[in-house]
Amino acid sequence: MTSFDAIVIGAGHNGLAAATRLAKGGRRVLVLEAANEPGGATRGREFAPGFRSAGLAHLVNRLDVEVAKDIGVDLKGYENLLPTTVLDGSGRAITLHGAYGESIDGVSAEEQAAFAAMRKKLIFQAGILKRFLRRPPPQIGAVSLGDLSTLAGAGLSLIRKGRSEGRDFLRMLLMNVADVTDEYLTDDRLKGLLAFDSTLGIHLGPRSPTSLLGLYYRLTGDVAGRTGGQFVPVGGMASIAPAFLRAAEKAGVTIRCATPVGRILADRGRASGVVLGDGTEITAPVVVSAVHPQTTFLRLVDPAESGTGFVRSVKNVRSHGNVAKLDLALDRIPDFTGLPVEARNGRIVLVRSKEQVETAFNPAKYGEFSPDPVMEITLPSLADPSLAPSGACTLSALVQYAPYRLKAGWEHGKPAFLKIVLETLERHAPGIGKSILAANLMTPVDIEAEYNLPGGHWHHGELQADQLLVNRPTGAASGYKTPIEGLYLASAGAHPGGGISGLPGWNAARHILSGATA
Amino acid sequence: MNAMTKSAADLRRAARDHIRVPRLETPFHDRLMAISEVNDWYNWAGYKAPHSLTDGELEYFAIRSTAALFDISPMVKYRITGPDAERYLNRLTLRDVRKLGVNRVHYTAWCDDHGHVLDDGTLFRLGVEEFRLCCQERHLPWLLDSAFGFIVDIREETEEIAGLALQGPTSYAVLRDAGFAGMERLKPFDIATFPHEGGEVTISRTGFTGDLGYELFVPRARALSLWDRLWTAGALHAIRAIGYGALNQTRIEAGFIVANADFMTAEAALRADRVRMPDEIGLDWLVDPDKPNFNGRRAILDARRNQTLKHILVGLEIEGNISAEHAIVYHRQKHEAGLVTAAIWSPTAKRNIAIASLERPYGSKFTNDLWVEIYAMRELKYQKMMKRAKIVPRPFVKLARRTATPPGLK
Amino acid sequence: MQKYDALIVGGGHNGLVTACYLQRAGLNVLVVEKNGWVGGAATSRELTPGFLYSNCSYVCSLFRPEIMRDLELPKHGLQVISYEGGAVFTRDGDYLASYRDHDSHRREFARYSKRDAEAYERYARDVTRQCRFIQPLLMRTAPDPFGFRPRDISELLYLAKKFGEFSPHEMAETLRFWTMSISDFLDEYFETDVIKAYLALSGIIGTALGPMSPGTAYVLLHHYMGEVDGSVGAWGYARGGMGAVTQALSRSFQASGGTIRTDAEVSKILTRGGRTTGVVLANGDEVRADLVVSNADVKRTFLKLVEETDLPGDFVHRVKHFKMRGSSGKVNIALDSLPEFPALPEGSNCIRGDMHFTDSIERMERGYDDWKAGRWSADPFLDMMIPTLLDPTMTSPGKHFMSCFVQYCPPKVEGRDWTDADRDAFAETVISQIADYSPGFRDRIVHMEVRTPREIEAEVGLTEGNIFQGELTFDQLLFNRPVPGYAQYRSPIHGLYMCGSSTHPGGGVMGAPGRNAAAEILRDLKRSPEQMSKAHDVI
Repeated sequence: MTSFDAIVIGAGHNGLAAATRLAKGGRRVLVLEAANEPGGATRGREFAPGFRSAGLAHLVNRLDVEVAKDIGVDLKGYENLLPTTVLDGSGRAITLHGAYGESIDGVSAEEQAAFAAMRKKLIFQAGILKRFLRRPPPQIGAVSLGDLSTLAGAGLSLIRKGRSEGRDFLRMLLMNVADVTDEYLTDDRLKGLLAFDSTLGIHLGPRSPTSLLGLYYRLTGDVAGRTGGQFVPVGGMASIAPAFLRAAEKAGVTIRCATPVGRILADRGRASGVVLGDGTEITAPVVVSAVHPQTTFLRLVDPAESGTGFVRSVKNVRSHGNVAKLDLALDRIPDFTGLPVEARNGRIVLVRSKEQVETAFNPAKYGEFSPDPVMEITLPSLADPSLAPSGACTLSALVQYAPYRLKAGWEHGKPAFLKIVLETLERHAPGIGKSILAANLMTPVDIEAEYNLPGGHWHHGELQADQLLVNRPTGAASGYKTPIEGLYLASAGAHPGGGISGLPGWNAARHILSGATA
Repeated sequence: MNAMTKSAADLRRAARDHIRVPRLETPFHDRLMAISEVNDWYNWAGYKAPHSLTDGELEYFAIRSTAALFDISPMVKYRITGPDAERYLNRLTLRDVRKLGVNRVHYTAWCDDHGHVLDDGTLFRLGVEEFRLCCQERHLPWLLDSAFGFIVDIREETEEIAGLALQGPTSYAVLRDAGFAGMERLKPFDIATFPHEGGEVTISRTGFTGDLGYELFVPRARALSLWDRLWTAGALHAIRAIGYGALNQTRIEAGFIVANADFMTAEAALRADRVRMPDEIGLDWLVDPDKPNFNGRRAILDARRNQTLKHILVGLEIEGNISAEHAIVYHRQKHEAGLVTAAIWSPTAKRNIAIASLERPYGSKFTNDLWVEIYAMRELKYQKMMKRAKIVPRPFVKLARRTATPPGLK
Repeated sequence: MQKYDALIVGGGHNGLVTACYLQRAGLNVLVVEKNGWVGGAATSRELTPGFLYSNCSYVCSLFRPEIMRDLELPKHGLQVISYEGGAVFTRDGDYLASYRDHDSHRREFARYSKRDAEAYERYARDVTRQCRFIQPLLMRTAPDPFGFRPRDISELLYLAKKFGEFSPHEMAETLRFWTMSISDFLDEYFETDVIKAYLALSGIIGTALGPMSPGTAYVLLHHYMGEVDGSVGAWGYARGGMGAVTQALSRSFQASGGTIRTDAEVSKILTRGGRTTGVVLANGDEVRADLVVSNADVKRTFLKLVEETDLPGDFVHRVKHFKMRGSSGKVNIALDSLPEFPALPEGSNCIRGDMHFTDSIERMERGYDDWKAGRWSADPFLDMMIPTLLDPTMTSPGKHFMSCFVQYCPPKVEGRDWTDADRDAFAETVISQIADYSPGFRDRIVHMEVRTPREIEAEVGLTEGNIFQGELTFDQLLFNRPVPGYAQYRSPIHGLYMCGSSTHPGGGVMGAPGRNAAAEILRDLKRSPEQMSKAHDVI
């Protein structure tokens, strides 16, 4: 039997990024995946006969160029940035072109200028934060030279812009997005879009303090250097998992699918391998968990191997998703009122105002779904015709808010919520109801089951101020290392967080290769 | 379900009047009240407990010369049961619980993840899957949170279980005459159970005095009859009820430490520099690096390896006979080295003894030329003295009768 | 025309604190106050014969003991009396009491959950640790991280050193604590709704945030800081009502030679060449002073009293966007007899503390949702007290004054101004909540004063009725309060200073902004603040 230097648990994009980087660093790496195919949340599936969904994400907006280049993920189509269209039901659309609205159609010239000023400010500020993404979070109590130089770099770039930019950065950093949009904008739809983008996938409303962080996070992403851009690779979202897989295989990584890990072997604080679901033991000095931190420490590692305080803090990680994923099989391309034909391949956001987002959030606090939800939509089969039979079309929507812990239970709630979502779609695309051949709504509970994601949360833990950086996923396990020697975290639950960026996995691998023991 | 919730609410409502008795009385309170001549009570974890009952000095000599009865009911007690109880406790505490046999007791301590001591106490193994943990502070949230992933049941039984310490040279004779047969075979840290008034009493050969002695646990309802049984049998053996003052003197002689007196427990400490690792309070011998993982293991071993331990607990013998309680310890009479946490003139050893917490390297590297500055208040004036102190091993008083099996009758 | 060395706009507690310190430093100081009485939001008023109301602020929780001592407030009549615990009434007819006795407190919590009862110890420790870190910052001017002056740098280093006293684990925990919601924070310790609701109150009182809003864990500290340094009697009722605080301040001020003019509303702060020269009163009088210190909130000061053209554009922009939405109201009630609360056992001392009726976080948060939508909470959260049980000076024996702080209450009702009918309906919401727990309550009412943000703004002058002169969110704290770059009590106009709660460290009857402002002014005047004692140590 071959021996391995490292075992990576989970063949999602972060697991594969970590494995590839480790392999390129000369390690013999084995990736173990519970599902029959690799890809994690980017794993496609047939949701209706002849119709496929390409996974949880339906756009790429933060795949790190350096990561992709380093590990050899060769997606195409970066140059083809997709627009975002905001539909508020009035028929008057706003379309943002280029990277996060380099130009905008559908608003007044003054509003365009105001948006440009705000965009410039936010992109500058996000740029400061971005410096902290490509490296492990600073280690409290043992600040390294690298941390200091990142901090100094961030400080310098602020100072270079002048005192007032520096002060504004510290003022805005933890603000809510609603107040920020009020400072700049007047158009309700545009404010609504920013409110939506700040809170998508996060248990906050636009008026919650710190909600601007969600938007910053989006703006730390770029597509080929264009901040805030979004694209769908040539061949569609379904080409992402194979691209990561190819890169891993090329680097010599061994990947075993349909091989669930039952347990991580650890003794007296040191990991030594894994036990598979069938009882087989595989040993390796390094175990990298690219699955949810709560799965890792509450299920795979014997709690006796962790400290009580640590288990407590892992349990305290807030990770209850709020987003439902809808896949529709349509017999034709839907016709959204006011949607410019050339923007059909892009992202469509159904939102009227930031107040609508806030009101949609309210019930989620109490375990109820939004009676008037907000959502973003793409038509995946336009980019990847293989997803639907010829002439037909698929629609993918991320709908918010649909709390994981629904008081009434999702078995009752799901039909009711689906009805609301379909009615919302019907208002924006009259006639769409009649063209639906099949509808598949995945609530966070379904997402949890399908993708092994506790809480159905694609960030593997709330992306909120108190769960970032040195506290992601929790103090003692931040920076990829964990209290168990030889066990590392590499999922979205680690710094910097979720989205198809590859950064948590890649950073984790670099940390391991650096030989840092602590 | 509804009925159950309702009864929980009823229980909750029924408990509202607790405020009428802000200081609880222990199951033995009636007897203590009857004996108490001085009415000298203090608050022990919410219970009314005696500082002394008649005369502190005479109570001390009861411990060292005859038999002393001390009410330990306010000690916090947890019952831990279940198939994973041993594994659970092994992860919770410092010593290897696998080595603790049924009907055996060991002294142990437990730490948080950072290796800081949460408390010390005694662990009783009452069965293969049944334990009792006795300690000074309350730890229910910590114990429950530690149970994640273990099949184990944790229940606080402080109020239901009454406890008595019977200590002193004639304590064995008292038990024998009280009808507890076979006690002579009980070795230190052994446990035996006996029927009592239709219930059961658990007797262990343990104590906090460094003398021959036993601890008895009994359900609350049978507490008074147990007291009477011992009292009657003890009449011929000069039994005397005592308060904490006397007990405290003997525990210092025995070199035992008390949580939140000789060290701050990790959950009580507000200030980051007040917490202590086992090695910093003389409990390094409890740490078993070879047993499976336990709370604080990595931090403790790292601190040992990296030599980052900051404090050390030492026994001191001080010249003169003036007690040095809470005196500052100096090195070469000028560098502050630490603090005396407990001190007495030992009537048994005839030495002026103290337990002190020193800041390393004092006590570890610099062990000579130590001094304590004693402020003795005499008739509204501090008499200041700088006295030489010498690090000496603990216990300060070591008595052969503590461990002799079978024990003597006097 | 009379000229003063310094002129204080507004006789609230902070204005008076600044006035006292400046007068004692040898300046000739005038306080001008628009009302016929001083006190701002710390007043006792006889609005119905025989009853004295603490009609705005109602407990003396944070007033700095250093200030009481420096300004000899006890000598001038201030006495703060401690009060007992309190109770939250639950909808099932029970209650959760809080008792001063440690063991009784634990046993009371244990009625609901033994685990929570003990978790409270760890919770209290963790919160106290945070308080110990924050508390010394209250009495210091916030450093400007982009000021680059030696003083800013040394203050930043002081902060770093304070932070460095934490263990690495605590540092990480501190970062979390500052950004968490009180609800999430409490979830990490407790399992019982009513216990969480009881503890969450302190995270939201006076704020325009719900208990589930990030940042409310920090607000908690603002209400917990009172006694960290062991100054007994820092928390309690001011004997004679909250007016006793400002009465003592004004007596202290006058005793040291200061002048107060009431019924003297300032209509304009005069400037010339970027310097202030004095004020114009509503009656047209001009009063000259080289130093003008505004106790009014930042919006009132710079958007109403100062010419916009005298100010830098971005400063005005920031002030306009300074958030100070009112979120609370007050109902003051005169009672002809002591109300009964049948849920409490006879003779319970809970009635001598603060009483609440909100037994879950969800109810609080839903109250906040109402406010966000521009309505007062249909099921409001009340902080209710009967100070006359401990203070015999406010009414005659057997009669009582009841203070009900009410949250949430919006500055405008669904976007329009408050009407009297709205106000009455709001009061009815409050009274009916009390009456649900206290049979016959309505019959005991002799008189009632209802204050929505409209009334608070009209009388006290707090813009939008915000009791803290500005919301306590991160973007408005420390060096951001009220405006980044102007967080050290100075304004863009030479000689014009701010001393109200719009400045660091914010609201509450604390006096720290007033004292810190005085310290900065004296620094600018190059006078040593001899009469200002050092902030108490936190050891």
